[in-house]
Amino acid sequence: MSTSYLIKNARILGGEPTDIRIEGGKVAEIAPGLDTSSPSGSDHSTTGSTTVIDADGLIALPGLVDLHTHLREPGREDAETVETGTRAAAMGGFTAVHAMANTDPVADTAGVVEQVHRLGREAGYCDVYPVGAVTVGLQGERLAELGAMADSAARVRVFSDDGHCVSDPLLMRRALEYVKAFDGVIAQHAQDPRLTEGAQMNESELSGRLGLAGWPAVAEEAIIARDCLLTAHVGSRLHVCHVSTAGSVEIVRDAKRKGWHVTAEACPHHLLLTDELAATYNPIYKVNPPLRSAADVEALRAGLADGTIDVVATDHAPHPHEDKDCEWAAAAFGMLGLETALSIVQHTMVDTGLLDWAGVAERMSYAPARIGQVTDHGQPIEVGAPANLALYDPAATRVVDAADSASLSRNTPYAGRELPGRIEATFLRGRPTVMDGKLV
Amino acid sequence: MKRHLLSAADLSRDDAELVLSTAAELRSLADRPIKKLPALRGRTVVNLFFEDSTRTRISFEAAAKRLSADVINFAAKGSSLSKGESLKDTALTLEAMGADAVVVRHGASGAPHRLAHSGWVRSSVVNAGDGTHEHPTQALLDAFTLWRHLGEEKRGGLEGRRVAIVGDVLHSRVARSNALLLKTLGAEVTLVGPPTLLPVGVEEWGVETSYDLDAVIPKVDAVMMLRVQRERMQGGFFPTPREYSRRYGLDGRRMATLQDHTIVMHPGPMVRGMEITADVADSDRSVIVEQVTNGVAVRMAVLYLLLGGSESESNE
Repeated sequence: MSTSYLIKNARILGGEPTDIRIEGGKVAEIAPGLDTSSPSGSDHSTTGSTTVIDADGLIALPGLVDLHTHLREPGREDAETVETGTRAAAMGGFTAVHAMANTDPVADTAGVVEQVHRLGREAGYCDVYPVGAVTVGLQGERLAELGAMADSAARVRVFSDDGHCVSDPLLMRRALEYVKAFDGVIAQHAQDPRLTEGAQMNESELSGRLGLAGWPAVAEEAIIARDCLLTAHVGSRLHVCHVSTAGSVEIVRDAKRKGWHVTAEACPHHLLLTDELAATYNPIYKVNPPLRSAADVEALRAGLADGTIDVVATDHAPHPHEDKDCEWAAAAFGMLGLETALSIVQHTMVDTGLLDWAGVAERMSYAPARIGQVTDHGQPIEVGAPANLALYDPAATRVVDAADSASLSRNTPYAGRELPGRIEATFLRGRPTVMDGKLV
Repeated sequence: MKRHLLSAADLSRDDAELVLSTAAELRSLADRPIKKLPALRGRTVVNLFFEDSTRTRISFEAAAKRLSADVINFAAKGSSLSKGESLKDTALTLEAMGADAVVVRHGASGAPHRLAHSGWVRSSVVNAGDGTHEHPTQALLDAFTLWRHLGEEKRGGLEGRRVAIVGDVLHSRVARSNALLLKTLGAEVTLVGPPTLLPVGVEEWGVETSYDLDAVIPKVDAVMMLRVQRERMQGGFFPTPREYSRRYGLDGRRMATLQDHTIVMHPGPMVRGMEITADVADSDRSVIVEQVTNGVAVRMAVLYLLLGGSESESNE
């Protein structure tokens, strides 16, 4: 296999077409009209040791970085493994993912995070940055060995009990303080447990009518407000996972205005889908936090456009078929997201004029890499930068077929929907993981 | 009528009135020495009960048997919620047995909806109570009872009639189905209860709401009391059963403020001394026992209309 690639006529961040030469895992040259030896009629062909890729009409984006992925390994290899999850990530244009800690055993020790990190490297589709648990066993009782995970080979910087809220205010304060020693960040799953006991869907007129226990917006907003105040008080960094309500956007906006170190993410599904889908009682639409109202969707889009929300994170949450093919109340929370994230962002943010491709690069690559302190990713496509990038065809359309997923699981809420855009190629340090829309 | 009865909202006014008038005809059977019709001979009705509910199950069983259907009672206590056999596998089993109608009671809201719309079974699905969602045949039997007492069994019989539904509306599938059906039939519904037991967004249901039972009951034609489980106290919905009874229970003193023709209803099982006192439950105004009788007639009507009484429509 050749080690150098020449990408012809790619539009970097949607700009004018130009050529990109990749050599030795880095971007070696960017200019129009480089080595024009590609024969016509062929997408890419080998010229000496250089593979030429016709990227006519394609947009070049920095490799996407996901701050919020569930790879399920160790423990739930029936739902996903590091290998299958990172294959799905590559198919979605990602070159780095942060793997959440709610595995079995929980990623609350240096040993587990190093295992996940190593599995990612061995699979080779995507760099895997494990997220460490904040508390032992996600139990919310005492701090896990955050320092040991930070000092481990996995170099953990993001800590989260995702799936559970660090609801004890004193424990949250201590966590925020403690991670200052190694410049870590606490990524909070904001969900007041008492206000959401047995909760099944967004609390609204519809939840009352469907007889599904309501999940009030205030259960999220109260925790975010508290954590913003705690963060300011102790002078630390807070990242808010999967913001889902208009009120949460407003609280984060206010915290940023005050200069507090608060960042936030929104998930693709919360930018598109609404709680009306619960009326089908089909648990494919059951997710935590729940799908909210159309007004919340609008507020999230506006927050993402104005930078209040820094990041789009997938919250890719694979589940085996039997955990969704059942009654709503019995079903697991969560949906797939890696392979459809960019398409949903194009559909909801770019095609609506709310964000340009530079904005997409910021929200899906630069910002998440910054927050996760991932140095090799989230850099602009420039000469000398690591060649982590994705080629994307925004003019393509596809009808989502769950059976096509590279994930082990099939719980996509978009099955049967037509979505815009398609990843044509993904490069990880100069090596293609996806080519012609297929895994390499 | 639609093929399934999952929600009272599935019924148009014409559908509902057809059920009520059919039930009126079938009810006369109850007074005959031989209470059986051959209408569903050879058809199989499965009572699939994931929750204990002896009264609803025997009501459906009696209804199906009086129409000469074969009845299979399937008490699937270990639902998938408790990690037993899944709803899907149970459904596939019933399908393999050739059920024409599945009457399902389940603790999870929407379970009958899943059964009907997931491609697991081809039979008609009748919701016999799902979680805190709906109980449409209870609403039909309540409407039938109201109709007989207030509406003289004629079209538009409940138009403008006022009904108060009192108690734990939040957790009540009976209240949801009744609110929908009574509205369809033109009645005016007022939901009464403490604010903690009225669902969020109830003001959008197209019904009146009130926290003040004393102000509401002198104006209504029927008072429907809902069961209040003592466990709700643990959930903090009200401070004590005593305080609940004082504010929202129907006792002799409150009953004295009703109009002469006003009837008192309860879907059962009653918690005597909690939401209703014994003297009210056993008074002349109480139609609680009659509701049970009417339940069989209404369920006969539903099964008869859903299964069409003929073979040809079964493979839709």
